Amino acid sequence: QTLKDGTNWEQNEEIPRLPGETRVTDKDVIYMCPFNGPVKGRVYITNYRLYLRSVENDPVVILNVPLGVISRIEKMGGASSRGENSYGLDITCKDMRNLRFALKQEGHSRRDIFEVLTKYAFPQSHNLLFFAFANEEKFSENGWMVYNPMSEYRRQGLPNERWRVTFINEHYGLCDTYPSLLVVPYNATDDDLKKVAAFRSRNRIPVLSWIHPETQAVIMRCSQPLVGMSGKRNKDDERYLDIIREANGQISKLTICDARPNVNAVANKATGGGYEGEDAYPNAELFFLDIHNIHVMRESLKKLKDIVYPHVEESHWLSSLESTHWLEHIKLVLTGAIQVADKVSSGRSSVLVHCSDGWDRTAQLTSLAMLMLDSYYRTIEGFEVLVQKEWISFGHKFASRIGHGDKNHADADRSPIFLQFIDCVWQMSKQFPTAFEFNEQFLITILDHLYSCRFGTFLYNSESLREKEKVTEKTLSLWSLVNSEKSKYTNPFYTKELNRALYPVASMRHLELWVNYYIRWNPRIRQQQPNPVEQRYMELLALRDDYMRRLEELQITNNSKISNSSASSASPSQMMSQVQTHF
Amino acid sequence: EIHIKEPIEKEVNPHLLPGELLLCEASTVYKYIQEDGSNRGTYGKLVCTNFKIAFLDDDSTSDDNEPQFKNKIVGENDITLQCVDQIYGVYDEKKKLLTGQLRKYPEKLIIYCKDLRVFHFCLRYTKEEEVKRIVSGIVHHSQTPKLLKRLFLFSYASAAPNNTDGRNQTVMFDTLEDWRDELERTKGNVKYKAVTVNEGYRVSEKLPLYFVVPICVSEESILKYDGRGIPIWCWSCHNGAALLKMSAFPKEQDDITSQTQKAFLDGIYKTISKAPYELLKTDDLSSSLPSLQDIQTAYTRFKQLFLIDNSTDFWTTDVKWFSLLESTNWLEIIRRVLKKAIEVAECLERQHTNVLLIEESATDLCCVISTLVQVMMDSYSRTKSGFQSLIQKEWVIGGHGFLDRCNHLHKSDKEEAPVFLLLLNCVWQLVQQYPPAFEFTETYLTVLSDSLYVPIFSTFFFNSQHQKDTNTSGESLKTQSGPFRFLTVWDWSVQFDPKAQAFLNNPLYAEKPKPDKSQRKTARFKHQRQLSLPLTQAKSSTKRGFFREETDHFIKNILGKRIGKFINSSDEPPSSFREFYDSWHSKPVDYHGLLLPRIDGPEIKVWAQRYLRWIPEAQLHGGGTIATAAKILDLMEEVRSLQVKMDEEHSQAVSGDVHSVPLLRNSARLSSLFPFALLQRQSIKPALPTSTWKDLEDEDDLVKRDDEFVDLSGDMP
Repeated sequence: QTLKDGTNWEQNEEIPRLPGETRVTDKDVIYMCPFNGPVKGRVYITNYRLYLRSVENDPVVILNVPLGVISRIEKMGGASSRGENSYGLDITCKDMRNLRFALKQEGHSRRDIFEVLTKYAFPQSHNLLFFAFANEEKFSENGWMVYNPMSEYRRQGLPNERWRVTFINEHYGLCDTYPSLLVVPYNATDDDLKKVAAFRSRNRIPVLSWIHPETQAVIMRCSQPLVGMSGKRNKDDERYLDIIREANGQISKLTICDARPNVNAVANKATGGGYEGEDAYPNAELFFLDIHNIHVMRESLKKLKDIVYPHVEESHWLSSLESTHWLEHIKLVLTGAIQVADKVSSGRSSVLVHCSDGWDRTAQLTSLAMLMLDSYYRTIEGFEVLVQKEWISFGHKFASRIGHGDKNHADADRSPIFLQFIDCVWQMSKQFPTAFEFNEQFLITILDHLYSCRFGTFLYNSESLREKEKVTEKTLSLWSLVNSEKSKYTNPFYTKELNRALYPVASMRHLELWVNYYIRWNPRIRQQQPNPVEQRYMELLALRDDYMRRLEELQITNNSKISNSSASSASPSQMMSQVQTHF
Repeated sequence: EIHIKEPIEKEVNPHLLPGELLLCEASTVYKYIQEDGSNRGTYGKLVCTNFKIAFLDDDSTSDDNEPQFKNKIVGENDITLQCVDQIYGVYDEKKKLLTGQLRKYPEKLIIYCKDLRVFHFCLRYTKEEEVKRIVSGIVHHSQTPKLLKRLFLFSYASAAPNNTDGRNQTVMFDTLEDWRDELERTKGNVKYKAVTVNEGYRVSEKLPLYFVVPICVSEESILKYDGRGIPIWCWSCHNGAALLKMSAFPKEQDDITSQTQKAFLDGIYKTISKAPYELLKTDDLSSSLPSLQDIQTAYTRFKQLFLIDNSTDFWTTDVKWFSLLESTNWLEIIRRVLKKAIEVAECLERQHTNVLLIEESATDLCCVISTLVQVMMDSYSRTKSGFQSLIQKEWVIGGHGFLDRCNHLHKSDKEEAPVFLLLLNCVWQLVQQYPPAFEFTETYLTVLSDSLYVPIFSTFFFNSQHQKDTNTSGESLKTQSGPFRFLTVWDWSVQFDPKAQAFLNNPLYAEKPKPDKSQRKTARFKHQRQLSLPLTQAKSSTKRGFFREETDHFIKNILGKRIGKFINSSDEPPSSFREFYDSWHSKPVDYHGLLLPRIDGPEIKVWAQRYLRWIPEAQLHGGGTIATAAKILDLMEEVRSLQVKMDEEHSQAVSGDVHSVPLLRNSARLSSLFPFALLQRQSIKPALPTSTWKDLEDEDDLVKRDDEFVDLSGDMP
């Protein structure tokens, strides 16, 4: 009842608020829950979130939605609409759900809430700062310290006699979408790099992503060569690729993985792009990996949402799922990454990966191949480093792909490329449940904050822009949150295994829809939490530790010749059955 | 203990079971290793006995790599005659199905097994005479009609030493006592009674010797129509509502008979409608569930997806995997069956209504539904012995025609239908959705399904108790007279040594609180059932008038004048079902209470262990659920040894009632196909799809675009 009077919600302790979060408005609404029907409640809007609490339901229905996930806000019905609950707001979210609120057709109630929401959900379109810049949270760990490019390259054993670190891009003069620090062949001068840059789309020259500790074969990334219709050649680029080929000390050819389907690579010549032709690069072997463009992926996810939200397609579930092509795309990305990893590992050949610009499909392929080859990236910190390095520092256009704070929901630049990558990681962790230090919650948390704008981690398109906006000084890193509470994101089954290549099976027989992410809003599909297998394991761990402690105590008491007087401790076999019944 | 003859000489000889006779053999047969399409393999001898087809590796020195999970009866290169699904001959690269008489003999033999193994044998290097003998021998013994007495079951039973090891905890339901105990256990004895009227099978050969009916049903009425039209008790719910089954009257009847039958049923229903019985709801499964024919067709298509010839085959079918799966309809049938079981559970649990399942003979879908309902509602059925007793009760004694449904004798393809496999597939869905609720593992279900084809156990090789009884005591066979002593499949020690048997026990099983230690030692477990989730009081009051209509409707249906579908049989379940389902799923799971399967599309899965276990491409090296299971087993072993140490410190005797835990060697690198991975690929080469491309028909304009349209040709300096 106090809520209904609802003037002073700030006194209500149950409404969560982050330091730096301020209230904007609140209002009585009816939440049109697609699962439970209309829910009477009160919605509170802050500069960070939309929070709804039901007033009559038991248990209480709660919605807690960071405004960053909002993609689109529409008005439904007009002042004259009749019919119950036909007047209100329709909100489309980036995280696989829609929200619908019915409002009273009186006064300007809807206009106010619409304007407030639009303003705070799309700060970029209103010359406002992201909430990340207002966030005053404090964490015990500083996530910005997680990734230091120099120490990551050192971990890989770089620089060495064949590879050097260059600061040619220190002020982003060579390439404004690359990080300032790059690793290139020792035998290529900075001058060479400049010449190569002229022949690569957006100056994204081939640079090292990862080196195999044994074969010394490397994974390189870049953008497409500017071959064009006339089939231009560039001696510097050709020589540069040959230097890369030779740098691993093997005689094998250089493998070039063009992530695109063949036809698209050819079509790109019309706009000045293209691929490495056989004549110009006789020592290279070119493969097309058939991964589709960002538009195809966007449409695919849209179709997936259609079959899982709000209701899961009932009668032809499998063919509906197939018709979205979502898992097929996952399969292609994984297959491509396996090919890259296998070339480097067993083929002992260096691999150059590119697509058109080298910031979408390329990032997926290099990071997944690295995840397969290097067990360090399968730890929590290692994965953070991987994301910082291959995605954030190498200019995956998070701002454009996600549309942070931007009201233009139909922007053709938006695409779920990073989500697709995380899905691939999830598929791998599902196939190898003991190989990753992090759990599913870690991946879901990353995706939640990919949209939330609570942290600076995924804001802006490139390192140079982030530097300009002083992101590391003015915002917090997502990894601060994660690393301060690591146990929450730790997989108890994790078994450390060094230098073991991990190849998932990219077969539809093993690929699954990630139900706990894509269908998590549907209470009917929700998986058991906590996972009973995990819970059982944790109990056994606790039991083991308890036994070890008690055994130690026993041995001490027995040693001091006080024979068996500790009647207090129950027989261990009784303990065992107690634990077994604990479920 | 089974005595297995040791080969006398070092020369490769088949291990023969007692009563097993070598029928024909061929040497220098080349067996391909089913892998990357290469022609790698081994030479050996192919033999056919009255029990199995076996390939004996010439180079049988690889014994040091003994699998951890080994079947003592059926080796990795053994195929029991009943396990053979189809045999193909390859003639000039063309596959031809081999059935009866052969005019030409093939260069290659492909044997598809019912447990989904695929064997490729090359006969090119074998003497022509031997090829003729072995091929026609294999085809004859595995594919042509057989007399019941010709089953290996009988030769084995007469030759094997007296080997039944006492009684295990499985209730066999072959005595009156067993039924009375079951009535007492479920507290069904107030309203139901076990009857002896079928002693000597004077009522019917299809009914068991003893069964349970409502107290008010008289002996005469049971005798009247050979037991047809009599509700037979399956199980009672904690609230007194019971699950019953009944075989229907044959459809074609003259008017007078149908009139008397109608009157008879009316009479039966009037007696049951009186107190103390609850309301009754009938469900004609033959109209509300897919037909046996549908089930057979679906499974035939489904299994084909897993009988993979080679790697190319695997990747070609991978492209359209989901639509292929869907087109078989098998998963949809599983879903419908689970849904039906939930509907029945809802009636019993929430509406306090008796449910009567009706089917032509009440021995097929009735068995599936009644078993599932009990697995869902009675946690005793989720223990190993409880589940086995349930299979005895509903299937073996209940009269499921295993012999005909599995087509063990190749008598009639029309009778074949994988009804029992359907049940195991449904139970597997529950096992994987609620791992802590079951005492047994999916491996248990898999080996149980394999045991369907091992003819040394009587369990799955008779159509009815009557058939078994008459053939057990029957005429003498040569020297031996007197009854055969058949083995039961529930004696797992016959197939697996204790170490392997440990894989059948679920380490995640949340055991029920044991009330008291002293009670545990009683001869047979008296399982108390816990009340399932307390749900809102039944709304039975609103449905008072419902019984009569239902009876009328029901009678019409029974007499073959179907007037459309039964209530609740449409695809859209009533809202009470949805409400029940949702309300249950919104609460935390009680692993000892009512258990409802999740049946939305994404939740119904392919039983990967059973269907993918022999396919090397599907293998995850060091992955799969076994990876976590192995960690749990390791930890349990550690805890157990700590426990032993502590008991020693306490100078107490080591407690013996701890489950034995299987020890896994090198568990970190187990294959996901474990414990069935016989074709472990040693290479760490990743499996790469060979055909991945599929047209994105409808998105042509999107496909052709580039990520971001920028004309780069102007950028050139």
